Amino acid sequence: MRVALFITCVNDTLFPGTGQAVVTLLRRLGVDVDFPPAQTCCGQMHVNTGYPKEGGRLARQFMDVFAGYEAVVIPSGSCAAMVREQYPRLIGAAIGNAPDTSCDPKVYELSEFLVDVLGVVDVGAYFPHWVTYHPTCHSLRGLRLGDRPRKLLENVRGLELVPLPGAEECCGFGGTFAVKNKDVSAAMCADKVGNVLSTGAEVLCAADNSCLMHIGGTLRRQKSGIRVMHLAEILATTEGGR
Amino acid sequence: MSKTFVGMPAFPKNAAKAVQDSQLRFNLRKATRTIRNKRALVVGELADWPGLRQAGKAIKDHTLRNLDRYLIQLEEAVTAAGGHVHWAKDAAEANRIVADLVKATGETEVVKVKSMATQEIGLNEALEAEGITAYETDLAELIVQLGDDWPSHILVPAIHRNRAEIREIFLDKMPDAPPGLTDEPRALAEAARLHLRERFLRAKVAISGANFMIAETGTLVVLESEGNGRMCLTLPRTLISVVGIEKLLPTWRDLEVFLQLLPRSSTGERMNPYTSTWAGATEGQDFHLVLLDNGRTGVLADEVGRQALRCIRCSACLNVCPVYERTGGHAYGSVYPGPIGAILTPQLRGMSTELDRSLPFASSLCGACYEVCPVAIDIPTVLVELRAKARHPRAERLGMAAAGWVFTRSVRLARAQRFGGRMRRLVPKRLPGPMSAWTDTRDIPDIPRESFRAWWDRTEGGTR
Amino acid sequence: MTSRDTILGRIRAAVAGAPDVEIPRDYHGPIFPEGPADASLIEHFAERVRDYRATVHIVPADEVPAAIQAALSARQADRVIVPEGAPAEWPPGTAGESLTPAQLDEMDGVVTTCAVAVAETGTIVLDGGPGMGRRALTLVPDYHLCVVMAEQIVPGVPDAVARLDPVRPLTWISGPSATSDIELNRVEGVHGPRTLEVIIAT
Repeated sequence: MRVALFITCVNDTLFPGTGQAVVTLLRRLGVDVDFPPAQTCCGQMHVNTGYPKEGGRLARQFMDVFAGYEAVVIPSGSCAAMVREQYPRLIGAAIGNAPDTSCDPKVYELSEFLVDVLGVVDVGAYFPHWVTYHPTCHSLRGLRLGDRPRKLLENVRGLELVPLPGAEECCGFGGTFAVKNKDVSAAMCADKVGNVLSTGAEVLCAADNSCLMHIGGTLRRQKSGIRVMHLAEILATTEGGR
Repeated sequence: MSKTFVGMPAFPKNAAKAVQDSQLRFNLRKATRTIRNKRALVVGELADWPGLRQAGKAIKDHTLRNLDRYLIQLEEAVTAAGGHVHWAKDAAEANRIVADLVKATGETEVVKVKSMATQEIGLNEALEAEGITAYETDLAELIVQLGDDWPSHILVPAIHRNRAEIREIFLDKMPDAPPGLTDEPRALAEAARLHLRERFLRAKVAISGANFMIAETGTLVVLESEGNGRMCLTLPRTLISVVGIEKLLPTWRDLEVFLQLLPRSSTGERMNPYTSTWAGATEGQDFHLVLLDNGRTGVLADEVGRQALRCIRCSACLNVCPVYERTGGHAYGSVYPGPIGAILTPQLRGMSTELDRSLPFASSLCGACYEVCPVAIDIPTVLVELRAKARHPRAERLGMAAAGWVFTRSVRLARAQRFGGRMRRLVPKRLPGPMSAWTDTRDIPDIPRESFRAWWDRTEGGTR
Repeated sequence: MTSRDTILGRIRAAVAGAPDVEIPRDYHGPIFPEGPADASLIEHFAERVRDYRATVHIVPADEVPAAIQAALSARQADRVIVPEGAPAEWPPGTAGESLTPAQLDEMDGVVTTCAVAVAETGTIVLDGGPGMGRRALTLVPDYHLCVVMAEQIVPGVPDAVARLDPVRPLTWISGPSATSDIELNRVEGVHGPRTLEVIIAT
């Protein structure tokens, strides 16, 4: 099976390790991964900040770049939600697995692709740590990932999954919200961080590096010693190293 | 809208102040969490909730699409039942109509049932200017009125006050408050009962809003808890109801949907203690219905934004909103706070002030509001739509244009990444200018030496 | 141009060309149960009314007068309103039609029939029919005793809506008056009757 990877601008620029983990993981599961180099950004930041013209241009660019592919895998809940939920209204794009359509490309967040398309929940990973999982808003309420990430994590050998209190509450990132309404954003993050600390976990995991950048940035400022890791990075780790 | 909010600063500034108020944070957190759980419990009891929600949404959309026809039908039904129907295109006209109706009765006092529409038009202040005193009778409205305060929640306007503060207000401002008043909610409710009893029994004119109006039958519907609504709707000789034109439902049958959606979403009860319905002049009363536009037809003209008119004012969106929970309602500078206020206020008032322009940005777009909305208003989508209409700051426009330019060609992005990679050691811990908003409370991630695409190029997708 | 014309004109301009919407009714509508309510429906209703902290008695129909008398005696309610049209075998009371609000406030309580009762929500509905009287009668006195015939109990809200006449003034009552305005905690007893007692006649 040959799929295209949409790495997202944030992962591409700031978190290349996540992208490498996705490639490692998918190859291990027998998937042929392609990286169309003309890709850049899905346009979410522009659209959600009130710049639909610029965002629309990026959306059309995305559709051109991925036109020939059957499936696009995106290691970010919010970017996947942007493409699948917002493109149809924004530029009239036909996304294969958006409601009421059936065409290519189909767009999947990583855990959806693993569980729904490949049909695996045990990806052969090994990660002997206490981990808590933050479901992130767009994964939870936009894509409705449900318990897919939890199933994947539960099948990681050595991993102890600790429930996160108030998990479904927003961390306060919200893209430019974090800057435009910094005080509310910080107050929301303080509560999220408090909940993360209360779990005693060593690692906070999520399917979105933007939220992790926000929570992780606060955790680091507080010198909490808790690491944040993208879901892909945990799933890519095996007993003998990658 | 009520003039008290004129000249308020933008949302982020109000919010910054509010999040520092630990008493407010505590009160809000406690109250919103209580109601959130109650709502979840009673909504979970109904297996057909998603069906009710879709029906509620569609009934409202169908009504809005045919609003002219249904308003005329309502007018005919109310008139046939002995009521009088008045049309007000804006707040000033509605206030004028009500003031004239009250004056015609010769009375100088009116009792009021809690109503968002009359708050929106600043009716109490307008009546006061005409020498008419309006007494709020809902407990929370009474707390707000006595405390010379602003409402901060649609359902519970005094949600920002805890029992101790309410006791203080009562002892301070209520002449007949019992001297040994405790802060037990039961004692506080009892004090309000005694305070308002005489006023109810002698009131000659009452002013209400309505939760629903039935076009087919001319029936008005008011849901309430305390019985102050029944007192106002039943005892006085003259009843004046001021109702937004979007509060219409086509048929009596439609209530079977909304009498399930509203109480469970609003107070988290299977049913609110009292619901009154009446058609036209009832039991010998004079009945006047004032139909209010006040910007609603403008909202109706917006294809995306018009869904805000489905709102049944349950306030479930406020109770789940992480932003509202931390800022309270005052920061929104409107009688409509929270997520619904963030899409309703800028549409009703326009976006000419800094405050109104800032409201669509008062959300992290987490989507919790949409999920609980009983009429499925896609609040995040409307917020994004309104953000596109707002005038943006110049620095932001330039930044967004630059980012857009970089993202339009992957070679530009790659070049920017290479530049960032070379500068990675020079990035300060605290960023200057607008980006300091990020580094005030968070570290920025380490800039990697090599971007993903550079790694892919160099290693041919990790194969070398 | 009148404001009426202005508003209607604005509406027509605003929605011109917008598609109309079909209303899906994919929820539990009225059931229209045949015959008298079964014991489980009665128990469901009773349990839901008790949830609002109202007192509920379930008695055979012929024992209703005695049950009313017992309830009134227990409260030492002497000055009682029994609206016109109430069953003749009920204990006597004032019809109350001509009483002013202040006079109603002097009364110890009111005993009424009802038009319909909803099990799912523990609601009783009054429509001003025989034995219910005008709306103020069940509002001003501090105590309301309501007699519900088993056959008046319907399963859900849609059944009640279908049975009621929208032109009559209706009062839907779910428990005693209450408020959640202080820290969103429910407290029973504000302006309406602070005590609601229900007798279900089987």
